[in-house]
Amino acid sequence: MGAATKEPQAGMVEKRGSALWVTHALMILGVLVVFFPIWLAFVASTVTQPEIVSPPMPLLPGPHLVENYTRALFAGVNVPVATMLLNSLVMALGIAIGKIAISLISAFAIVYFRFPGRTTFFWMIFITLMLPVEVRIVPTYEVVAGFGLLNSYAGLIFPLIASATATFLFRQFFLTIPDELAEAARVDGARPMRFFIDIVLPMSRTNIAALFVILFIYGWNQYLWPLLITTDPEMNTIVMGIKQMFPSGDDTADWPVIMAASILAMIPPVIVVVSMQKLFIRGLVDSEK
Amino acid sequence: MATVELKGVKKRFGSTDVIHGIDMEIADGEFIVIVGPSGCGKSTLLRMVAGLETITDGEIAINGSRVNEKEPMDRDIAMVFQNYALYPHMSVRQNMAYGLKIARVPKPEIERKVAEAAKLLQLEPYLDRKPRELSGGQRQRVAMGRAIVRQPAVFLFDEPLSNLDAKLRVQMRLEIRELQSKLGITSLYVTHDQVEAMTMADRMIVMNAGVAEQIGTPLEVYERPRTLFAGTFIGSPSMNTVPGRVAGGAVTLGNGAVIACSSRHDGPATVGIRPEHLHVDPDGPLEVEVTLTEPLGATTLLHGKLKGVEGVFTASLQGVHTKDSGTHTVRFSIPAEDIHLFDPATGLRLA
Repeated sequence: MGAATKEPQAGMVEKRGSALWVTHALMILGVLVVFFPIWLAFVASTVTQPEIVSPPMPLLPGPHLVENYTRALFAGVNVPVATMLLNSLVMALGIAIGKIAISLISAFAIVYFRFPGRTTFFWMIFITLMLPVEVRIVPTYEVVAGFGLLNSYAGLIFPLIASATATFLFRQFFLTIPDELAEAARVDGARPMRFFIDIVLPMSRTNIAALFVILFIYGWNQYLWPLLITTDPEMNTIVMGIKQMFPSGDDTADWPVIMAASILAMIPPVIVVVSMQKLFIRGLVDSEK
Repeated sequence: MATVELKGVKKRFGSTDVIHGIDMEIADGEFIVIVGPSGCGKSTLLRMVAGLETITDGEIAINGSRVNEKEPMDRDIAMVFQNYALYPHMSVRQNMAYGLKIARVPKPEIERKVAEAAKLLQLEPYLDRKPRELSGGQRQRVAMGRAIVRQPAVFLFDEPLSNLDAKLRVQMRLEIRELQSKLGITSLYVTHDQVEAMTMADRMIVMNAGVAEQIGTPLEVYERPRTLFAGTFIGSPSMNTVPGRVAGGAVTLGNGAVIACSSRHDGPATVGIRPEHLHVDPDGPLEVEVTLTEPLGATTLLHGKLKGVEGVFTASLQGVHTKDSGTHTVRFSIPAEDIHLFDPATGLRLA
């Protein structure tokens, strides 16, 4: 009897197993395709310049990892990569935190306060969704230059700090918070800002985390804007800085250092994503009510 | 400890009148139930007392002082909402303590009050849980606890039991009533459930379309409904209404049947007959063609048509009466004092 009941079970496991293997193999293949260039960059950052330029290119890491990375971080090509990383970090954090703070407050105003022109304001914010940075880049540059904000953190951050998308997302989330909750807080004696801080903010925690991840990466990956307004290498951000590391004339590119910089540029976003993964996914999947 | 006064309270949304002027004085410690069908303005009235809706006209006074312009928190009230409205990210303890925390009550006192309320409501084992980890009845208790800890002058309940299942509702109904009489706090309770209204109220307000049809004790409303609406809304199954004409201490119904009544009125009237006041009587004047029998155990409901009169006619009889199933005819009589007469034009009770 035991054998009789076991047999179909074994069959099922086998079938399930093969399906599992096929999907797994496909997934591994996909990962390899995606991962291969990164692997190449990593390999290139651990060998010497002659080894890279002489074909065939090595596929296994060499012994110069520490040397190349130290050179990249503290010497770089135009400016140490460490400086550029710091610039990028300031810019990405500034944009992410600023965007979240501003859009939380404006969404709160739009949802919970009745003031003249409330819907007009909402639609004005909404319409700016349709204008990407590139479209308004010339006037923005003009304004920033006029304020003397070229080559400064303020110039890097402020033009990108208002976010229609985040405002819209928070508005939608706030609309799902039951009215009775706001009324209960009112009966409990909470003034509007108290309600915002004590009730709305904690309830939006997962949404904030999800947006932080998205916006941090958005800020980190800014290319065109920093390229325009940072003429001083000291203010370069890493993503545009890598491009600046390519020589303009007939000089040879210092590939190990450039590759090391590329790998270094990837690390902070990865850390942000991994460390906030749990909250991030919860924020995208379920609304905690 | 407080009295509440409503003086000509009116509410208008845009150009629609929602509440047409309500006058009432509520004594200290009284439990008032506002009952009515949905859309009659009962919740709006409660929310006006709470301060969540503005008052278009008239005055609301708590403890003799006008509160029209006061914020909810300054009115010394506490409210229990239909969906509990618990803060989802706070534990039960924090939920109950929130109001006190805002009022800057010293920490030890908050602790003490929350512990007291938790004991009263048997919530002690759940103090550190989040609302989503609690059952419906427990959430309801937390919502009550949040109201209790503040020791307000007035409790406001907005259909607090409508999200619970029938059995729990009966239990919570008793608990709320018991708690209220123990604490002696003036309470206003909104419901659409007439059983809740009958069982809980010291006095009830029967509302319809923004008008208080009757204000009185449950038995007053049941025994002497002031209007046709109050008569048909209170009582289950609801009152049968038949057009008729009163003359010389008797009513002649539309089908010619004559029943004695104790009224000296003379002229047309709407006759209200409660199903439970009908007696089976082979010589009775009311001949009913029964088409459906509903045995409820303790009582049996007979639904049918009064011969010669349009509309459903229901009788409620004690005990089990299933031997005559299918369509059959039953004759009823009714004591003269159980007949309710209303003016067909105004719906007001006729003397």
